[in-house]
Amino acid sequence: MFHLNTIDDLGENQIASLIGVAKRIDADKTTFRDALRYKTLATLFYEASTRTRLSFEAAMIELGGSVIGFADASSSSATKGESVADTVRTAACYADIIVMRHPKEGAPLAASMKSPVPIINAGDGGHNHPTQTLADLFTIHKEKGRINRLTVGLCGDLMFGRTVHSLIHAMARYDGVRFVLISPEELRVPDYLKETALRHPNISYIETESLESAMPELDVLYMTRVQRERFFNEADYVRLKDRYILTRALLHGAKDDLTIMHPLPRVNEISVDVDDDPRALYFKQMLYGKYMRMALLMMMLGVTA
Amino acid sequence: MNIDSIYNGIVIDHIRAGNAMRIYRYLELDKLACSVAIIQNCKSDKMGRKDIIKIDEEFHVNLDVLGYLDPGATVTFIRDGETVSKRKCSLPEQIVNVIRCNNPRCITTSEPGLDQVFHLSDTQRKRYRCLYCDAAMQA
Repeated sequence: MFHLNTIDDLGENQIASLIGVAKRIDADKTTFRDALRYKTLATLFYEASTRTRLSFEAAMIELGGSVIGFADASSSSATKGESVADTVRTAACYADIIVMRHPKEGAPLAASMKSPVPIINAGDGGHNHPTQTLADLFTIHKEKGRINRLTVGLCGDLMFGRTVHSLIHAMARYDGVRFVLISPEELRVPDYLKETALRHPNISYIETESLESAMPELDVLYMTRVQRERFFNEADYVRLKDRYILTRALLHGAKDDLTIMHPLPRVNEISVDVDDDPRALYFKQMLYGKYMRMALLMMMLGVTA
Repeated sequence: MNIDSIYNGIVIDHIRAGNAMRIYRYLELDKLACSVAIIQNCKSDKMGRKDIIKIDEEFHVNLDVLGYLDPGATVTFIRDGETVSKRKCSLPEQIVNVIRCNNPRCITTSEPGLDQVFHLSDTQRKRYRCLYCDAAMQA
């Protein structure tokens, strides 16, 4: 059975196919109106989410399906000590597919080992977030017309930023991608990415602490939030949280066709005065995420587009 | 120093000097009823110094565990006083329930019944990664 735990579970052809379906949805929202009629999605969110959960729910509803689930662990039997494995066995009795977010890294993988229905990882701690990556890839493809031959700046918390990890894994497979990894030393990308995705012969990367100096060469700037929930030490969080703030003034050195992205929520790493800049794509990125999740749900439930 | 030759049993040789007790613990040799000789810090032409473990009984050695602990070790199986086979260890591609993930954010710290699975991610640096969270452990 196919589960989506990391973006590496999808081949390039499958990603291209999902982008193709998302484009068709973008062009005509009613194309797949009843594609998942009589199908049910269970959303098991052990950790807070706005966009991912709502977009999955909206995606399923727009495909004619139904949604059940919980929005935080406190309203599930997890509070009574139920294991992830038992919870997914339960949800699988009532649903055809499960979307799971969990603060523990690898929880969706553990769930997929016991689940009789497909599992989609909707974020596991600071580890992976493959469906955000699908949204990101579609956004880049829509704006640039390609995913290869791009210089992509990733800025902020690259250590715990799961969206960054998944995006690097995905884009490292495309020719000519150059990553500019912009972070304080304490929040650099984990070593395992340097041993795996970033070793890919097709790509190159540099690490820097300066957003300003990196700006002129970027085709895509992917900002991330320094996440309070990933720190065991509040003092470290306070010291690092405002290290990078993207302002309209900082954009003066940027290309005219720069694409500014952010997985959201933001706190203050992108100033609100950037929101009206035509290069700011982070709100559209959320909508594109819904289209890609619609395409993914259809693919995983075996509905051909 | 003389240790009797093994008639039926196993010799783990070419152990990195100082590593024998660790191997003894991981292979749970303390649970065997037979004699186990640990020879530490003996001279070796190849290694300078090495450790040796002799087990005076036929015994299933988990070569994955041994390969993880000491990829240079060799295992000689002896029956009726004759060497029946000799194996050189190497780093296994995967180890199961040998080490525990020490990442407090890993699902293995809270989910009951999960095997502790690690896969080899960097042979040169002898680095393993947790299947679930990708946390690194050094062999």
